[in-house]
Amino acid sequence: MHARMLPYLLILPVTLFLCVFFLYPFVLVSQQAFTTGGGFTLDNFREVIGYWKFPISLSNTLLLAAIVVPVQLALSLLMATMVSRMEKGRDLILYIWTIPLGISDLAAGIIWLAIFEQSGFLNSMLYGVGAIETPINFLSYQNPAIVFLAIALAEIWRATAIMLVILVAGIGLIPKEYYEAAEVFGASPWQRFRRITLPLLRPSLQTALILRVILAFEVFAVVAALGGTLFPVLMGETYAYQFDLLNSGAAAAMALIILALSIASTLVILRVLRIPKGARI
Amino acid sequence: MREVVLDRHEGEVDYQPNENGPWLTRLLAELEAGSGTIGVLGGLHGELAALDPNDLTDLDDLGVGAASGTFNDLSKLGTDHVQYIPWMQASYVMAANKEALEYLPEGADIDALSYDELIAWAANVHEATGQPKFGFPAGPKGLKHRFFQGYLYPSYTDGVVRTFASDEAVTAWEKFRELWEHTNPASTNFSFLQEQLLSEDVWIAFDHTSRLAQAFNERPDDFIAFPAPAGPAGRGFMPVLAGVAIPSTAPEVDAAKALVTYLMEPETQIATLRATNFFPVVDVELPADLPPSVQAAGGAIAKMSAAPDANPGLLPAGLGDAGGDFNRVFVDTFERIVLARQDIRRVLDDQKRRLEAIMNESGASCWAPDAPSDGPCPVE
Repeated sequence: MHARMLPYLLILPVTLFLCVFFLYPFVLVSQQAFTTGGGFTLDNFREVIGYWKFPISLSNTLLLAAIVVPVQLALSLLMATMVSRMEKGRDLILYIWTIPLGISDLAAGIIWLAIFEQSGFLNSMLYGVGAIETPINFLSYQNPAIVFLAIALAEIWRATAIMLVILVAGIGLIPKEYYEAAEVFGASPWQRFRRITLPLLRPSLQTALILRVILAFEVFAVVAALGGTLFPVLMGETYAYQFDLLNSGAAAAMALIILALSIASTLVILRVLRIPKGARI
Repeated sequence: MREVVLDRHEGEVDYQPNENGPWLTRLLAELEAGSGTIGVLGGLHGELAALDPNDLTDLDDLGVGAASGTFNDLSKLGTDHVQYIPWMQASYVMAANKEALEYLPEGADIDALSYDELIAWAANVHEATGQPKFGFPAGPKGLKHRFFQGYLYPSYTDGVVRTFASDEAVTAWEKFRELWEHTNPASTNFSFLQEQLLSEDVWIAFDHTSRLAQAFNERPDDFIAFPAPAGPAGRGFMPVLAGVAIPSTAPEVDAAKALVTYLMEPETQIATLRATNFFPVVDVELPADLPPSVQAAGGAIAKMSAAPDANPGLLPAGLGDAGGDFNRVFVDTFERIVLARQDIRRVLDDQKRRLEAIMNESGASCWAPDAPSDGPCPVE
């Protein structure tokens, strides 16, 4: 009896924690989103979707995710394969690569702001080598492409490591025998990567992608630090509704829209990277 | 605040500065719970006006108030009773690096500039230095909306709400676009122009007096403060008013009232001025040894309000919790007309509908310089 109850007992604290700090607030937020004083209404959603900045912030958020996540996926795959091949210094490299994980996203935004600012490192460097005569203002409304690039760079720098960690663990789980067998049959490194690593890495890829895509929809502090009001994103608009306009209903509606996006993308990733029943580890 | 202002008070004060979001969230949570720990609230008029007057203790019996009748009326928040006590005031002024003075257009008096002269001046500086050196607080935390509500609109249209989409407003935005040509494009990241004045990225600036103070205090001989410019309808300007209130959930009302009374004493008001660069609201004689920022800003404000063409506007009143939405109409209009360069007439007609909805929903009647209204202030 003890042995049968034990697993449930062990997950009880986490379940309780999630219920109190996630499910309960979630129910409250949904309530807020669908009411405005009176009964059930879609007014909050109508308001936030009808606002002229909504399409801009939605497309900005999606575009940022569409550019940043694939780059991060490629980078982290490359880095994970490199790390798993290393014999010496593997841990050291891993530690160094995961340093950005330890930095809060606002701090990361400010680091990159210090680089791109009018009196920042990039301008000082360009000036130092004589490439420019006066500092260039990179992050201005006249250069939306550079603002976007700076935000994408900061995001890639900051959050690639989280995918890397998951993929490194995943690669470690792949039995060596497959590679040895492939080598016997003369498979090239590229073939081994495509035919063994990628398919067997699917579960980790799933996790890494889901996590990363959801975080990409929640991007906020990096954008606020680098773009100010120049690059509106969904999460920034949510903040503005809550704290500038004191409109909790609209903020809740925005939060639910972001949640819907996250769920939809999770389902897509689960479907695309699904693992056939017989092949599960 | 703790060391200069509150230390002479007999009771013990636990002073906690807050961003306005968390400030409001905490207060609302205490009000909802029906019991609180906040004894005295300090905030700007707009923040206090966003509260339900029923949640604030009536303060008529305290017997203290501002010297200005307008401020005392504002502090009733549309009710018959005093909801908060006017505490301190500030305003927005212009500041310039003295190096910019030689580029002033001929015949222009810096204490009586017009918008056209300001534009010409900024253009001269732009041409001479090769860089646009006018600075405007258009950053995320910048107070740009107050410039439109209290300065640009009153100066050109003699109104804010009624005249929002008038032909004069189109002219005002055209002029602002001209000024923007000579404005540092990084202004969309500027929120406290003292920083850009000190770094000399900006030579001529508009901002709140307390957001310019550091520049004057660090290098008093390099900068000059002067009144805001005038347009065809006069020299529009807007005072900023902060107040103290006692929430209905205050644990010790008597101690809270004692603190409010203390804050209104002349010596405390002068100490507050030294600590915050916000000016007294009661009649006091200012000592001669005030910091350079206070002297500079005080002089500019005095000239501005004494100017023959002065057209003082009031803070938006009666908007309740729609104050943020009201500001957003002006910020959005700015972003669309100036940054996105959309057609002025089309943007104004479009934003006008938002403004109308906000006025009707909140039922706020007109405030100066708009002509008074029965019922919600109409957008004409």
